[in-house]
Amino acid sequence: MKVLAAMSGGVDSAVAAARAADAGHDVTGVHLALSESPQSHRTGARGCCTLEDSRDARRAADVIGIPFYVWGMAERFGADVVDNFVAEYAAGRTPNPCLRCNEKIKFAAVLDRALALGFDAVVTGHHARLSGGVLRRSVDAAKDQSYVLAVLTRAQLAHSIFPLGDSTKVQVRAEAAERGLTVADKPDSHDICFIPDGDTAGFLRERLGERPGEIVDAVSGEVLGGHDGSFAYTIGQRRGLRLGRPAPDGKPRYVLDISPVTNTVRVGPAEALDVDEITAVRPVWIVAAEPEGPLRCLVQIRAHGSPRPATVIPAGQGWRVELDAPDRGVAAGQAVVLYDGDTVLGSATIDSARSRAVTA
Amino acid sequence: MAYLDHAATTPMLPEAVSAMTAALAEHGNPSSLHASGRRARRTVEEARERVAAALGARPSEVVFTGGGTESDNLAVKGIFWARRAADPRHTVVLASAVEHHAVLDAVEWLHAHEGAQVELIGVDGLGRVDVAAFEAALDAHRDRLAVATVMWANNEVGTVQPVVSLAAAARAAGVPFHTDAAQAVGQLPVDFAASGVSAMTVAGHKLGGPFGVGALVLGRDVACTPLLHGGGQERDVRSGTLDAPSIAGFAVAVEAAVKAQADRAVHLAELREELVARVLAEVPDAILNGDPRDRLPGNVHFSFPGCEGDALLMLLDARGIECSTGSACSAGVAQPSHVLVAMGADSERARGSLRFSLGHTSTLADVDALAEAIGPVVERARRAGPAR
Repeated sequence: MKVLAAMSGGVDSAVAAARAADAGHDVTGVHLALSESPQSHRTGARGCCTLEDSRDARRAADVIGIPFYVWGMAERFGADVVDNFVAEYAAGRTPNPCLRCNEKIKFAAVLDRALALGFDAVVTGHHARLSGGVLRRSVDAAKDQSYVLAVLTRAQLAHSIFPLGDSTKVQVRAEAAERGLTVADKPDSHDICFIPDGDTAGFLRERLGERPGEIVDAVSGEVLGGHDGSFAYTIGQRRGLRLGRPAPDGKPRYVLDISPVTNTVRVGPAEALDVDEITAVRPVWIVAAEPEGPLRCLVQIRAHGSPRPATVIPAGQGWRVELDAPDRGVAAGQAVVLYDGDTVLGSATIDSARSRAVTA
Repeated sequence: MAYLDHAATTPMLPEAVSAMTAALAEHGNPSSLHASGRRARRTVEEARERVAAALGARPSEVVFTGGGTESDNLAVKGIFWARRAADPRHTVVLASAVEHHAVLDAVEWLHAHEGAQVELIGVDGLGRVDVAAFEAALDAHRDRLAVATVMWANNEVGTVQPVVSLAAAARAAGVPFHTDAAQAVGQLPVDFAASGVSAMTVAGHKLGGPFGVGALVLGRDVACTPLLHGGGQERDVRSGTLDAPSIAGFAVAVEAAVKAQADRAVHLAELREELVARVLAEVPDAILNGDPRDRLPGNVHFSFPGCEGDALLMLLDARGIECSTGSACSAGVAQPSHVLVAMGADSERARGSLRFSLGHTSTLADVDALAEAIGPVVERARRAGPAR
């Protein structure tokens, strides 16, 4: 096949491209330039769109022996990922920009362009297994990225190749070194590529401005303190609340919910984070046979969360997800991904969550 | 393989390779006083004479540099600094809006860091500098002019500028006039003295010489403050150990390119017309950018409506045809060309363009290869859509 390898400049995408070439595909490497004003050098292990990363990707392509180009996707990325990220926070939700990037950029804008230009598929270095349209977790549980791929439709997956799913990260690094790829020992990228200093709250404050509001005790309704913008908080957050005084029971308090309309952050005890019913929207079914009734499966509700048993009930345009046991830190905007063992069944976006016990 | 990117760099002439290789085997610093040094210096000075003779300059007017970008920076900044040092009122820089970035960014740097007032002179739809606007700018800033710079021929769309008229107007206004002739030498008749310019950029690898060497032909009466300070080589205008082998290769290439220019221009213009006709036959709605007549003989520049230049380039590259989108930045991400934008093209037309440039190794087979590929390639690129 004629395939396009998306090369970030990291070790995973380099080895993925090399494996695709070994498999006999006609591979062209493409580095996506996602920043309007790329920095020259990586700062620490963060970020993935500096000129240094672009050069690393180019050198990997040289070693593999494939043509290499840079595609400017900064405008699309800015509108579809960064602006959306800011808007989601402003709306009191907690977006996952990597997932959004997969959905809108890598497996949409890039894939569409690749298909139009005569390619058959896009190859990436994601750690997940994909064969016969079935998406499964990587054999490396710690590096598994099936969660951020679960938003892809069957049509998108039909034109995707993930050559790394059967390998651990350690194996990938060793292979990169054997192949003479200089990125073999390059640090993993973490966090959000467009916030290279990792200061998400600062990034949001710069774009949304300071919006002072109150931090309120969810139980008593008492105003405990103030904040400069509710967007700086995420559900389940404990640190950085700066409440000044402990709760009467001496236990730590957590962000329970964020109301962008009143710009209020409600805090309370850890138990109050417990939810067991999730409403999710925009469902995507990867499995061919979409269930008509309640479905018993495992669900994962954040990028690095563990799967939990649940019943998923199709409801209107979305799902109602009933967890067998309560979970904490369920944030609107994150994806709920359904698994059968290690096979991805589908995904949807969390809209709201509640505790059945409290409302009953 | 069809190499249609001679404006980016053209293959070294065999005689230049020989001259450079021979000099590489020699030793001696041209500034040393002993026999080896004198021998190396002789190589440099003979080269200087050959370059001067080929370009209508005196040997003392040839300042060897590290290439076109350095020559442009030295001319623009150096003349600006010298003029302002002579009279603090001299702070106005005139430049065409279609200069190469080596000039344009140097001018913008002077604005940002040295307080220069910059007047960019616009161009018409064919990329020709507006002489009346240039003269009006000279009049408007008469006592405050530091330097004026307009390229001999445009590197992207190939339009030849009325350099002789512009230089005459600048001379009458008493301001030094620099021209970037990197694309012109070897393609057009270039005579430094006859043109009336004060300073002229020449680049080695654009005319069949080695990379990393060039010259600023600098009139004897033109004061220029150095960018590089050190050993005082090259009239104290450009310090740094003279690179005798590169200079030797460069001089041979300049001489050969100038000698072959007239015949080559005829041959390249024929190939160019064939290329234009064949592309238009395959893609009737392609738009030829630049002056259709008064253009570099080796330059063809098309916009392909509904296509993205990057996509076209990649698809042609996959078929062994090498060309350019005519613009690039350090990240390798195409920006809309400032040249096409100055010519009034919208962003889509600017991004959907390709430059095909011919040179001394070009043949009809190259044109045939492009003609065969361009139809399907454009059709394919259109499916991927225009520039975002």
